[in-house]
Amino acid sequence: MTDVRTEEPRTVQGAPRIGESAPRPDGIPKVNGSFAFSSDLWHDRMLWGGTLRSPHPSARIRSIDIGPAVAVTGIHAVLTSADVPGSPTYGLEHADQPVLASDVVRYEGEPVAIVAADHPDAVRLALDAIVVDYEVTMPLVDPGVAESSDPIHPDGNLIRRIHLRHGDQEVVGDVVVEGTYEVGMQDQAFLGPESGLAVPAEDGGVELFIATQWLHADRDQVAACLGLEPGLVRLTLAGVGGAFGAREDLSLHAHLCLLALHTRRPVKMVYSREESFHGHVHRHPARMWYRHHADRAGNLVRVEARLLLDGGAYASSSGAVIANATCFAAGPYRVPSADIEGVVVRTNNPPCGAMRGFGAVQVCIGHEAQMDRLAAALGMDPVELRLRNVLAPGDRLSTGQVITGTAPVAEVLRSCADHPSAASLPGDPMSLPGGAGRTADPAHVRRGEAIALGFKNLMFSEGFDDSSSAICRLEGGVATVTCACAEVGQGFVTLAQQITREVLGVDEVVLAPAATATMGSAGSTSASRQSWMSGGAVQAACEEVRVRLLARVADDRGVDPDELVLVEGRVVSLSGDFEADLASVTAEAIEAEVEFRHAPTSPLDENGQGDAHVSFAFSAHRAIVDVDRDLGLVKVVELTTSQDVGRLLNPLQAIGQIEGGAAQGVGLAVMEEVLVLDGRIRNASFTDYLVPTALDMPPVEIAALIEQPEPGAPFGAKGIGEPPCISSTAAVVAAIRAATDLDLTHVPVRPTDIALAGA
Amino acid sequence: MTIARTLDDACVALAEHPDALLLAGGTDLMVGVNRGQVGFDHVVVIDRVDELRGWRREGDELVLGAGLTYAEMGRGELPVLLPALAQAARTVGSPQIRNAGTLGGNLATSSPAGDTLPVLVALDATVVLRSSHGTRKLALDRFVTGVKQNALEPEELIEAVRVPVLDGPQEFLKVGTRNAMVISVASLALVVDRAGRSVRVGLGSVAPVPVRAVEAEAFVDGAIDWDTGSAPEAAVDRFAGLVAEAARPIDDQRGTATYRSHAIGVLARRALRRAFPGGAP
Repeated sequence: MTDVRTEEPRTVQGAPRIGESAPRPDGIPKVNGSFAFSSDLWHDRMLWGGTLRSPHPSARIRSIDIGPAVAVTGIHAVLTSADVPGSPTYGLEHADQPVLASDVVRYEGEPVAIVAADHPDAVRLALDAIVVDYEVTMPLVDPGVAESSDPIHPDGNLIRRIHLRHGDQEVVGDVVVEGTYEVGMQDQAFLGPESGLAVPAEDGGVELFIATQWLHADRDQVAACLGLEPGLVRLTLAGVGGAFGAREDLSLHAHLCLLALHTRRPVKMVYSREESFHGHVHRHPARMWYRHHADRAGNLVRVEARLLLDGGAYASSSGAVIANATCFAAGPYRVPSADIEGVVVRTNNPPCGAMRGFGAVQVCIGHEAQMDRLAAALGMDPVELRLRNVLAPGDRLSTGQVITGTAPVAEVLRSCADHPSAASLPGDPMSLPGGAGRTADPAHVRRGEAIALGFKNLMFSEGFDDSSSAICRLEGGVATVTCACAEVGQGFVTLAQQITREVLGVDEVVLAPAATATMGSAGSTSASRQSWMSGGAVQAACEEVRVRLLARVADDRGVDPDELVLVEGRVVSLSGDFEADLASVTAEAIEAEVEFRHAPTSPLDENGQGDAHVSFAFSAHRAIVDVDRDLGLVKVVELTTSQDVGRLLNPLQAIGQIEGGAAQGVGLAVMEEVLVLDGRIRNASFTDYLVPTALDMPPVEIAALIEQPEPGAPFGAKGIGEPPCISSTAAVVAAIRAATDLDLTHVPVRPTDIALAGA
Repeated sequence: MTIARTLDDACVALAEHPDALLLAGGTDLMVGVNRGQVGFDHVVVIDRVDELRGWRREGDELVLGAGLTYAEMGRGELPVLLPALAQAARTVGSPQIRNAGTLGGNLATSSPAGDTLPVLVALDATVVLRSSHGTRKLALDRFVTGVKQNALEPEELIEAVRVPVLDGPQEFLKVGTRNAMVISVASLALVVDRAGRSVRVGLGSVAPVPVRAVEAEAFVDGAIDWDTGSAPEAAVDRFAGLVAEAARPIDDQRGTATYRSHAIGVLARRALRRAFPGGAP
């Protein structure tokens, strides 16, 4: 496979250990354009693939005529559902999504046929030439009526309902506040569109080079669709241009393999930006009703909530998303009584699934707005109210689970609230709301400030049997680590090496490519889980190598292994009798493979109760915003944050995650929304789906990174990827409320919500 | 493909291929090409035609080459001579787009959201069109005829735009849902001609074509105290209302008609106050 380019070699300059700011080996190549993304894959004999998508959100397919497409010059294959040899459907939780639609299309953009040709222009001509006779049907687009409507899928319109009941159900608070909130559909907006290269193999299998978050889950789903043994489908990670959850589901994976196996030629496919908006799942839009009860002193008494998420046409990971939303609906607070119903339904809207924050983002917007309402109703300071109710170790969640790990919630909140603000009054007109448009009149700009607190689970929940595997091989003083963990930007490339150096005292560490053929599963790069799971696997594999190494040297020297230690690349006897260079004692390689697991969890029972989660991470954001009330334009002036990180493994990378997550949070607060009308996306481009620019994203002030080592986690480190985008949105929206005195129940807050409020 | 070095080259190539695409900065055109929405048999590349580059002063007029880039509109003397145009250019895209995109391209695309168009219509700009048959001139409001439609004939290209040098403040304001790099939801250019004692207002993204707020102009010309440069608050209110009435906006994915009408009134009030701070309460 020497003619296939995948990723750049991965080495870290210098030899950073745990706690040091290891620079990313792919950092400079990504900035200067030399990093090979999956869209850069190339094979000299390759064909180009393309996908015909449904123009309708709901229709029956009467017939598909591929004849005119087959006649296009340069076409090598035109495939439909009839050409799928294995399972006709796939899915992360339920195999409910067709590889190619056969009789019905259930969302705009659903794949109907695929083609391969020797030139992208021929692909386009062939796709235009396929004749699909659709009988258009009325789409189901309102999630509110999904359950009472005719099923649009054999599995029905209810994807999952969880009714969580905790504590005394009769209790009522002295002070009660109620609110309804709506969150729009957010896109992950990664820069690297879906792309990959499939190469047919001589053994009847296929090699797939792909940007993904979980190689082995992809492999198993693709193999089932192809009707092949999983071992015959070999995936190798190609350069990933961002993921954020959008690469958890299959997109073009099975299509590429079908085309490659059919044509016996390598096939490459790259989605356009517009196609990408239709080609991956989005963050679930949410409708949330809340009622909070408190006593007069401000102690939470009871939380009631009704959560409705729109899952779109197929299940994807909706079941796990609604579990998170339900479990964390009350926020990181002690809630003695709760009645929380979470429902996710099927509609003919674009499918929704995983996105950074995974169900916790939507409910944080709800529970934090409620805490502010409650503070107002009680006449209390919002920070004081929260501090009175925050969770602490030993407390129970609304799921009944007792927090046994660290939970520095008060520390996170207090440090963020107490941090001095560096925000100055705007001077440069460019820094006013409206920015380069020069719209603001400084006399009409109002400033607002608010704080929000959020949390979520780390790793998979509800009894999922989660594991990661790693191999460590030490030879000639050089450690080679193999793990199928998908590097999607989170920083496993530096962490794996830092951990290995820390355990083995070596400088030189090589990280082998991530592939299914060489390794067992590392699990998904999601749920803030890889530092813990694959980091833990690497740590355990390295520990095992260390033990075997010391045993070998002890045996050679005739001493007790307990008399030996590994210090800075040397094996040293405690008695001082001898020391040996690591390179010399590992001339013959030592290798260990370890499968790592976290402590088991339990499913939720019929009342949504159970020890369903492994660990939790907490964050707080304080936002300062300037608002042009007349035009409804917002400038986020400053974001201050504190986060519970367990232990910092790579401070530079942690800051990168915290800033990047906050940018996605700011985006959801003020501009990011996939606009869907009658089941159709109206803004499938970066012209109209807006993400923050440098003028929209304020400096992120890190007030504190709270280091309280988490038991069971490698080096005590908690995952840090998701919390930054949970509480940031809620804080920005609350600050806009503070600046405008408006309720602002729709997120993102749109200019019209402010400018035309009350009109 | 023809790579023209001179205006004559370009005109000859266009005479041979009347349906050819003209390529200068490509910032609009290539989006359409990449999406497969723009088909073509021939391309005439004009970004190397010196006669289209830059700008010059001819008496009381400025002649802006069709190849003048947005970045160039913000450099040197132009921001002093045509502040509204420089302000409009600054709101366009990213630095890369502003380095490539051109005035001629903005005109030729004739989008209702074209950022320079409200400025040009407020300035009563004249578009100079050129073909192998000669040169003709069209007032801007005759050049842009509809949504992405204009009076360019086959074989014709935009050579330049002529605008007057005016003595008086100029303002350009644009509403977008992001603080930079955003398509206009509503925009307004206001230019003052002190010698002629007139205020002219061009509106963008609130009608199929860039429009003038004629009634608002006529009203405010008489309401301003030209000797003190002040505008009474009531006049500013009335002016803003009349500007909003001149808008004929629609709902689309970027904003609602109601919001656009509201926003254009706010922009009118603020632009006028910036130009005439005197008389504010």
